[in-house]
Amino acid sequence: MLKNMKKTTKSNIITYGMVIVAYVVMQALVNGGGISNLIQGLLVPLCAYSILAVSLNLTVGILGELSLGHAGFMCIGAFVSAAFSKMNATTIENDLLRFIIAIILAAICAGIMGILIGIPVLRLKGDYLAIVTLAFGEIIKNIMNVIYLGVDSKGLHFCMTKASDLNMEKDGKIIINGATGITGTPHSSNFTIGIILLIITLIVVLNLINSRSGRAIMAIRDNYIAAESIGIDITKYKMLAFSISAMLAGVAGALYSHNLSTLAATSKNFGYNMSIMILVFVVLGGIGNVRGSIIAAVILTLLPELLRALNDYRMLMYAILLIVLMLFNSSPAGIAFRERSRLKKILHKKKEEV
Amino acid sequence: MDFIAHLINGISLGSIYAIIALGYTMVYGIAKMLNFAHGDVIMIGSYVVFITVSTMGFPTIIGVVIAMVICTILGMTIEKVAYSPLRNATPLAVLITAIGVSYLLQNIALLVFGANPKSFQSVVPFPPLVLADGQLVITGVSIVAIIAGVIIMIALTLFVNKTKAGCAMKAVSEDRGAAQLMGINVNGTISLTFAIGSALAAIAGVLLCSAYPTLTPYTGSMPGIKAFTAAVFGGIGSIPGAMIGGLLLGIIEILGKAYISSQLADAIVFAVLIVVLLVKPTGIMGKKISEKV
Amino acid sequence: MALLDIKNLGISFGGLRAVDNFNLTIEKGELYGLIGPNGAGKTTVFNLMTGVYKPTDGIITLDGENITGKNTIEINKAGIARTFQNIRLFKELSVLDNVKTGLHNEITYSTATGIFRLPKYFKSEKLMDEKALRLLKVFGLEEEKDYLASNLPYGKQRKLEMARALATSPKLLLLDEPAAGMNPNETKELMDTIRFVRDEFDMTILLIEHDMKLVSGICERLTVLNFGQVLCQGGTNEVLNNPEVIKAYLGD
Repeated sequence: MLKNMKKTTKSNIITYGMVIVAYVVMQALVNGGGISNLIQGLLVPLCAYSILAVSLNLTVGILGELSLGHAGFMCIGAFVSAAFSKMNATTIENDLLRFIIAIILAAICAGIMGILIGIPVLRLKGDYLAIVTLAFGEIIKNIMNVIYLGVDSKGLHFCMTKASDLNMEKDGKIIINGATGITGTPHSSNFTIGIILLIITLIVVLNLINSRSGRAIMAIRDNYIAAESIGIDITKYKMLAFSISAMLAGVAGALYSHNLSTLAATSKNFGYNMSIMILVFVVLGGIGNVRGSIIAAVILTLLPELLRALNDYRMLMYAILLIVLMLFNSSPAGIAFRERSRLKKILHKKKEEV
Repeated sequence: MDFIAHLINGISLGSIYAIIALGYTMVYGIAKMLNFAHGDVIMIGSYVVFITVSTMGFPTIIGVVIAMVICTILGMTIEKVAYSPLRNATPLAVLITAIGVSYLLQNIALLVFGANPKSFQSVVPFPPLVLADGQLVITGVSIVAIIAGVIIMIALTLFVNKTKAGCAMKAVSEDRGAAQLMGINVNGTISLTFAIGSALAAIAGVLLCSAYPTLTPYTGSMPGIKAFTAAVFGGIGSIPGAMIGGLLLGIIEILGKAYISSQLADAIVFAVLIVVLLVKPTGIMGKKISEKV
Repeated sequence: MALLDIKNLGISFGGLRAVDNFNLTIEKGELYGLIGPNGAGKTTVFNLMTGVYKPTDGIITLDGENITGKNTIEINKAGIARTFQNIRLFKELSVLDNVKTGLHNEITYSTATGIFRLPKYFKSEKLMDEKALRLLKVFGLEEEKDYLASNLPYGKQRKLEMARALATSPKLLLLDEPAAGMNPNETKELMDTIRFVRDEFDMTILLIEHDMKLVSGICERLTVLNFGQVLCQGGTNEVLNNPEVIKAYLGD
């Protein structure tokens, strides 16, 4: 049966299967006590990073536009959902229901932001687009650091100066406290929800790619002049890909923020450093290769942890590895080397057949 | 009077950005790559000056020269080892490699110098200029930064337009293949560009740390990004564009800090960049490009 | 009524008058050639007709509908499809998907239908596959349907581009130098294909070409463009024997 299936369908099934197998194995290990607390603590972030990588791949690989501001959308999703959950911690008692609403809210807000940013940004090309997305990401992070939001019996209070300017009643509760961010978000994320969200992300992205809209998006990537000549609305489909990508990043943000007791927008978690890290996942996993994005996200997140024995040298090793991998993947010498080893494999196989 | 003081501070910071942006823009113009590690070369240069001048007690000028030499070698080495093998690879592959180099430099600095911030004492030995009965004080660093910016800008313009090597640079940036066919040493020209850019980064590093005296392994990354922004702002690949972009960026940042919000200063800078690019999609001095059907 | 009617078309780039006072009428089902020396403005006429450039003056009417100044997408929907001088395929898509993108506006379903795989998705995709395969068969490309477009040999890439354009169900097909870079055998085959397309799809075709064998072999009427202006218009034999035309091509 597998033989008659389309190549893409087969590849998609492998991707879903890989995620499910990984889930089952990890669950078994967790229950059996076979893995360290450290790795256990990484399970949810791994799901979040995988979602981010897959969603960025939609922008970079499928739409073909370089975005350096993906963490900005994640940031919006994280803050919106965490603020919602904290506000409704007592009003909506069902933890799961509250989390689901928070996730949907995160996706919607990040998606709207994606459209707002996409309208101006997608008119630009190449490196200009890259720098503007970076700029937007930084602006979002910066603004998050000066937002104060509180709630009291009179309703919501908002300002951008300092917490005391909120003018709240005595019963007031600060939700977002400027640079300190949000503390006490309900800890609703867990590995199972993370995997479910990852699978939803995969369904959205993979089904999109193999549909009319997906083909239009890829047609624009490959040749926008030809795409226009056969009647494809370039702006519409660019916006579509960009905003879906932003929505999914918002979902990842919600997953991420409900795994932390303190959420603050620093340059490390929501700045361009994060955007770049996700981009590294996408590029090393193979541009346009969804499964590769997940594998790269997992390996590159675990790598520094596994290199922990090297202490101070681990980030150094990471950097060197990154450079070596890129040279190996993309330089003529590296490509020639791979071709040679592939040739050897083929020759080897032929011998066996004889 | 306050306004003038802020303006001068802005121009001085802008001059520093402009010097960094010049390095960015030249490298981009010729190698067509975003050299994300440029900011970290600045950081290395600053550490070199910190050690030679503050710790070992060398005279400033010698410290700066040593930093320039080391950064030049560093820049050329990075280009040779990490970038030149990728000359025909996708821009994205080169970008990620540059990010890798940036991480590498930061972590080397972290290992060698530690994570603790070093307090960088200004190595500019000039007293501040006091004007208008002490109402307007212009620091020595500001003056030196502005003068250095102007000199470098003029020197670079003359170099690119009047020398053979400069013309080679222009040719390579216009069309690498054609330049090679005309007998221009393309690899040598790219190397030279990295050398100049890195030497400028060393100067910028010294000025930056003299004005803002904390030095950590991550000191270079934000100014690097801002200078990159400045280069794009002015029209990436254009030397006067980098200068104008840098100056404007510095002024906007300082004025934004002073009159709007110190926390939002970066956001303001980036917002202005976005507005400029929306009005002029290839920057203030950038060339318009359109594809032929 | 003529299918295509262009009156007084003109465009200036800065001070340069690239096309001036261009008139052209094409009847339904005609195979029409637009020829002229390099730089005469032939591709510019195509670009004006497909909305890549907006004309400075003149009126273009397609099947009674005024399409002057409309954008590329609207013009495609109105019924003009084209190929390009330098082939523009979707290189990373399969041959089949290239044609299916051409069906984008003919067989539609929403993005959500695609993502949630609603019944309409399967129905529409099946229909698309059938239509696309039929087109590929016409051009002898059905064997290569799963190849990446960039892996096709040059001649087949040109054919695929034509198939993709036809997939949009145009009333008028514009071919920009379809025989460029082909050897005489391939050109001969191409002439058969073009004729076949005209007969099979009842298509009206306007083509730009330098290969005189192809032009004289299949075009029924010709317009010669020189320095942006019409030099001569009429039946193929009559035009090709016109001394003015020979002078424009060969010089004095």
